[in-house]
Amino acid sequence: MMIVALDPLLSSDIGFSVVAVMLLKVVLAFALLMVSVMLVIWFERKIVADMHNRVGPSLAGPWGILQTLADGIKLFFKEDLLPERADRVVFRLAPYLSLVPAFLSFAIVPIGGDFTNGGDGTVSIFGHRTLLQVADPPVGILLFLALSSIAVYGVMLAGWSSGSKYPLLGSVRASAQMISYEAALGLSMATVFLSSGTLSTSGIVSGQATWNWNLLATGVIPFVIFVIAGTAELNRPPFDLVEAEQELVGGFHTEYSSIRFALFFLAEFMNMITMSAIAVTLFLGGPNGPILVKQIAWVWPILWFFLKVMAFLFTFVWLRATLPRLRYDQLMDLGWKVLIPASLGWFLLIASLNIGKDRGWSTFLVVPIGLVILSLAALLLNGAIKKAKDSSLHAADLSEISEGTDQ
Amino acid sequence: METVVFLISAAVILSGALGVIFSKNPVHSALFMVQTLFGVAVLFVLLEATFLAAIQVIVYAGAIVILFVFVITLLGVDRAEDLKVEPISGQRPLAVVIGASIFGIILTVLILAVGGPTGEQAANNPLGNATDNTRILGEALFSTQVFSVELTALLLTVAVVGAVVLSTRPTKPLISSLDEKQNETVEEEGGE
Repeated sequence: MMIVALDPLLSSDIGFSVVAVMLLKVVLAFALLMVSVMLVIWFERKIVADMHNRVGPSLAGPWGILQTLADGIKLFFKEDLLPERADRVVFRLAPYLSLVPAFLSFAIVPIGGDFTNGGDGTVSIFGHRTLLQVADPPVGILLFLALSSIAVYGVMLAGWSSGSKYPLLGSVRASAQMISYEAALGLSMATVFLSSGTLSTSGIVSGQATWNWNLLATGVIPFVIFVIAGTAELNRPPFDLVEAEQELVGGFHTEYSSIRFALFFLAEFMNMITMSAIAVTLFLGGPNGPILVKQIAWVWPILWFFLKVMAFLFTFVWLRATLPRLRYDQLMDLGWKVLIPASLGWFLLIASLNIGKDRGWSTFLVVPIGLVILSLAALLLNGAIKKAKDSSLHAADLSEISEGTDQ
Repeated sequence: METVVFLISAAVILSGALGVIFSKNPVHSALFMVQTLFGVAVLFVLLEATFLAAIQVIVYAGAIVILFVFVITLLGVDRAEDLKVEPISGQRPLAVVIGASIFGIILTVLILAVGGPTGEQAANNPLGNATDNTRILGEALFSTQVFSVELTALLLTVAVVGAVVLSTRPTKPLISSLDEKQNETVEEEGGE
């Protein structure tokens, strides 16, 4: 309801054909997401197998490409268990709280359309000009943030409602981790808003039409922070403490089986695709790229978008196959003491650059001065963290001494 | 159309609010609160305040209630409570009286006030063009309202500093049997 109401294409003269095009887009996006999830799971298993020098799935279909389908059918027919001590209603609700935001957040991603030479990214379907994205709400990317904060509930309530200790530990870890990294994620996005001057995804993409990608316009650092925080937000390795098998059996979904487990699995991979697509939209120019053959001009943006997303998906798989899991205190230190201050500092730098442009100050002066101030602030922060660590160690020493004299 | 959306979201909000009060399990209460917040977000969309709607979900549902649920599950107070026990005698009737009178006051203000309860246009009219919403709000916050924004920021900073101060462990050992001299030498070595 909300998304339909926000779509500017539907706000005036709603005819049958407009609704039909809208429905077509919704169904297409749904089908696209489902099929790509199926392929991404296969892709991940195959790549990880290659990196481990194994064969990986190879029996179902050519190169094992139908393995996910087979797994899905198997899960569908398995017995659906409900733990005795589970909170019944919440236990049933949790998988959907995970899945629905995963579906909805893909709606704001423009997957094609020509934005170059003043094009507004619309394509014509049956005589209707429309954007190649399901919805283009004015708050755009904030919708993604809102939905990703709802997704935390799915993970958290799944663990809590299972009525068992390992899922609870998993979900407590998950919520702490996702809340911490959401701040860094949002702040790194905010630099993009500053350089684009809009929140709408199509606006952000059309601002990057002429190779002036936000990756460079925001100075790479926000992109790096976004990818790290995004990986943590997805609970993917090396940030997969939420479902650390060695410690927590299976994490928040330990008690889930059958189709409910499949829903969590689906949501996880869907989120991975959406996060890649959002990163491409925000920093890598979305579907923008050179149009090489004029006759099939509409194909190229979709192809570029697909290739960029694939690069991200490969990186996520690559990270999983190569990096060991972080310790919990390292995870929290990285989030609160490195990523959040760094993204905040960089945000201030970009803001002062914008003010400098407004006032006509020289960019060559603003950037070095800003960097000097930032590094001073970083030194101060570093000193404060070191001092806090020292004094807490000192306090621990003292309490040891006092325990010694007590005995 | 607008009336239908309003009625549905009003039902969602009110049933959520009642759920917060009447569910025995604190986690269920928190979830009903999320339902209420969502309904309010839909009302914001109806008023074309799309930015506020998004922020409502991100901040309230995504941060504040999540922290409620986090604390509830972490501290293990997530069991259904026995509502028959009354910790302070006479608490319930008093709560009913106070609640009813606050409701009465709000209702009186809403009915009697001319041109809306606060007299401000934005209280019962759309803020402006939905696409320009964020810009209008930002300009208002950082030009005419800048003083209150800064004050709020200061208040939050004070709250954060206060929380940090409250949560730090005392550096001096609290056990009195410890030798005074030893305590002093250790402190001198460690530095402040």
